[in-house]
Amino acid sequence: MTAVTAGDTRELVLVRDLTRTRIVQYAGASGDFNPVHTDERFAVEAAGYPSVFAHGMLTMGMAGRVLTDWFGPESLLRYEARFRAQVFPGATLTARARVESVHGDGTAAVALTVTDGQDAVVMTGNAVVRASAEAK
Amino acid sequence: MAVERFPVEGGHIMMFARAVGDPHPAYHGAITGTPAIAPPTFVWAADHYDPDSAVRPKPDEPWPGSGATHSGAPPADGAGLGLHAEQRYEYHRPVREGDVLSAVDRPGRTWRKEGRRGGALTFTEKITEYRDQEGEPVVTATMVTVTTSTTVGAGG
Repeated sequence: MTAVTAGDTRELVLVRDLTRTRIVQYAGASGDFNPVHTDERFAVEAAGYPSVFAHGMLTMGMAGRVLTDWFGPESLLRYEARFRAQVFPGATLTARARVESVHGDGTAAVALTVTDGQDAVVMTGNAVVRASAEAK
Repeated sequence: MAVERFPVEGGHIMMFARAVGDPHPAYHGAITGTPAIAPPTFVWAADHYDPDSAVRPKPDEPWPGSGATHSGAPPADGAGLGLHAEQRYEYHRPVREGDVLSAVDRPGRTWRKEGRRGGALTFTEKITEYRDQEGEPVVTATMVTVTTSTTVGAGG
C-alpha cells in the first residue's frame, strides 16, 4: 500500500544475460516444457528459430515484480500483457512502470513496458492495483 | 485445459518465484515456515495438474523434442500451435498456499488481422476460470494466441 500520484515511475532490471538454464528453470516451475523453449536443437533445426526463446509468461512473471515490489504481493486486481517480440538467450530485460491514473476508490492504473538491452520493446502491459489501504 | 484439482503448495510457489527471479519473502514461506502468497502469474503453472497437457513429456508417449534426431514426434493436432500474443488476469482475490483450485476453459473471441509482413493473422481467445474449493472465483485468465500461415513450432 503506497501513496502514489499519476506520473510516478519505477524501473527494475528483471534479468541480465538471460541463460538457457533460466528458461528451463521456468519450464520446470510452470510445467510448459515446449521444446521451442527447452531444446536448442529442436528450436533451430526442426522449428527454424535462431535459438530457443523464453516463454512470454517468463517475461510477464518477471515483470510482475515491479508491481508487487511497489504495491505489495496482494495488491493486484488486473494484470495484462502483450508479447511484442520474442526474448532470446543473452537478453537483458528492464521493466518500467508508470502510474497512469489514481482513482477515488484507492485503486491506480499502471502501464508497463519491458525492453531488452537494445531498447526494443518485448512486452507492454497494464495493471490495476490497490494503491492505498482504502482500496476495496 | 481442464484441471479438477490444483493444490497450491508452498514448495511449488517457492520454485515458481525462483524461476521468475522474485525473492519477496511472501513467496518463500516454505523456507520460513509461514503460509506463502502466490506470485501474480502463478496460476499459469496449472499445466502441471492437467492430465492431458500437451507441453509436458509423458512416459511412453511421443514428444516433439530432439533425441536421436533433431525432432521427435510431430505435435499432436492443435497442440501448442501458434504464438502467445497476450495474457490477461483478473484477480478476484490473491492465490494463497492451501487453496485447492480448479480450472475450466471456455472459448472467447476470434478475430483476423493483416500481418505486417503479409498473410492473415488469426487471434483466438481462451478464457480460464480458476475457482477455489468452495466454488468461488479466484482468477479469470484470458489467453490470446496468434497463428499465421507461416508459423512453425509453437509457444511464446
